[in-house]
Amino acid sequence: MSGPAPTLSVALARCLGAFSLDVAFTAGPGLTALFGRSGSGKTSVIGLLAGLGRPDRGRIALGDEVLLDTARGIDVPAHRRRIATVFQEARLLPHLSVRANLGYGRFFARRHPGPAADLAQVVEMLGIGHLLARRPAGLSGGERQRVAIGRALLARPRLLLMDEPLAALDEARKAEILPYIERLRDEAGVPIVYVSHAVAEVARLAGTVVVLEEGRVAASGPADAVLRRADRLPAHAGEAGAILDLTVAAQDPDGGLTRLSGPAGTLVVPHLARPVGARVRVRVPARDVLVATRAPVGLSARNVLPGRILALDARGAAVMVEIACNGVALAAHLTGASVRDLGLAPGLPVYAIIKSVAFDPTEVGTRAVEI
Amino acid sequence: MLDLTPDEWTAVALSLRVAGVAMLASLLPGLAVAWLLARRDFPGRALLDGLVHLPLILPPVVTGYLLLLAFGRKGLLGGWLAEIGIVFAFRWTGAALACAVMGFPLMVRAMRLSIEAVDRGLEQAAATLGAPPLAVFLTVTLPLSLPGILAGAVLAFAKAMGEFGATITFVSNIPGETQTLPSAIYTLTQVPGGEGGALRLTLISVVLSMGALLASEWLARRVGRRLAA
Repeated sequence: MSGPAPTLSVALARCLGAFSLDVAFTAGPGLTALFGRSGSGKTSVIGLLAGLGRPDRGRIALGDEVLLDTARGIDVPAHRRRIATVFQEARLLPHLSVRANLGYGRFFARRHPGPAADLAQVVEMLGIGHLLARRPAGLSGGERQRVAIGRALLARPRLLLMDEPLAALDEARKAEILPYIERLRDEAGVPIVYVSHAVAEVARLAGTVVVLEEGRVAASGPADAVLRRADRLPAHAGEAGAILDLTVAAQDPDGGLTRLSGPAGTLVVPHLARPVGARVRVRVPARDVLVATRAPVGLSARNVLPGRILALDARGAAVMVEIACNGVALAAHLTGASVRDLGLAPGLPVYAIIKSVAFDPTEVGTRAVEI
Repeated sequence: MLDLTPDEWTAVALSLRVAGVAMLASLLPGLAVAWLLARRDFPGRALLDGLVHLPLILPPVVTGYLLLLAFGRKGLLGGWLAEIGIVFAFRWTGAALACAVMGFPLMVRAMRLSIEAVDRGLEQAAATLGAPPLAVFLTVTLPLSLPGILAGAVLAFAKAMGEFGATITFVSNIPGETQTLPSAIYTLTQVPGGEGGALRLTLISVVLSMGALLASEWLARRVGRRLAA
């Protein structure tokens, strides 16, 4: 890849009937998630970024190249933007073989400066070598999506858009593709804008999160900071939770448990098929965290982390408690009554208790490479 | 029974030539108009749509007469075209023009429907991969709508084989030059003792039309299968 990935800066406004979209955000290297419910405008943003529609007003720039500026009458057509899209339904060309589908974007990218994309490398990374001679109609949903990702990569885009690439797949297929997307994020060197309405996916993949609510940006920032705070996820308040980057410290030989360690302390989770030393990312939902003011005894939960209360945020009857555990923030969902009874206040030393069942092995991702 | 006289053979051969030329000549304009109507929104779209369909609704005699006014020797365009050596009036080329105009709405309709049936998402996906609009048309839209496009061409050919009213009005009924199958049948029914020849040509006409229709149906079914897959 040539040089560091350019920063995408976006400002778009569009009225379509009763729905109005008005968003502005930037996306740097790595994976940026556009997160929100269906109807929040995520897919509209993707379409406008790709150049498949025209906003009423707006500006899109990739590094110092302006792709759209309605004020200056600039609107680079889709085929010259070098922004490839992986659609929810894959959209492989049905009359072409997998090999020809992969070659499609590669053909049009032949005039771009720099070396041609390495077909063999992309095929290997996505594990689609055995599919090359087949037609899209004969592929499973997961295979189709992998081919679509490969096809987009071989067009050598400067930005890769992924519009809910997993939404049409069942859990097993999702688990099959997620590792490939992680490799893509860490190895391909192309910034990715990833649309999703699933907290688990976003927590696993994203470095930066942009939350969309009814056509507006409700929050944006680093994934751990945004996803921990219920007030930044109005539509998903119940799903807020901390993201912890940990290392596999030990495998318990008989109990089927795995020990993970990080700055916050040691956590015990159901068996994870990862080698000792592997880096993993886990999500700790706020609703699965309890708070005690004294070290608990006679408790079935295995994970107790000492820390200090960072902030309290009352939201109706519920209170979102942020706890700093040796520099790592956890979030807990408590009732207002509990907060009063325990006398919780910022600065108070507490113990965060995490039920080990709160860890869902299918949600565990490899840690994003720090940039 | 099928012992055709030389004159009858001439009419059959002329009809095939006129229909073939009419179909081939309207293929590219038909495709362009079908694509415009299916995929583009532009001022005058409704007007173009109406104009294309006009020959379907007008009495064929009227269409033929309008062609005579426009392309006759002293017509609006005919005089000018004659100067550069293109003459339609009372020539087989005129018969082909009349047949092309009459078959055009049928051809455009079939092509347009099959282009509309192509998933626009696929065309968009191709564009995001860097394919310019013409490449998108040639590599995505055209191959995916090909059976419907062929069906439209066959339909236009069949229509041209049977065209009578506009042709006879525009280029008359000159044996060997503009006397196509329908005109020959009409002539034979007007002369004493012509019944045998009329019946023979009618039989040939039925066979050719049925063949074209079956081919068109077969292609249409293939489209259906492809879309269902």
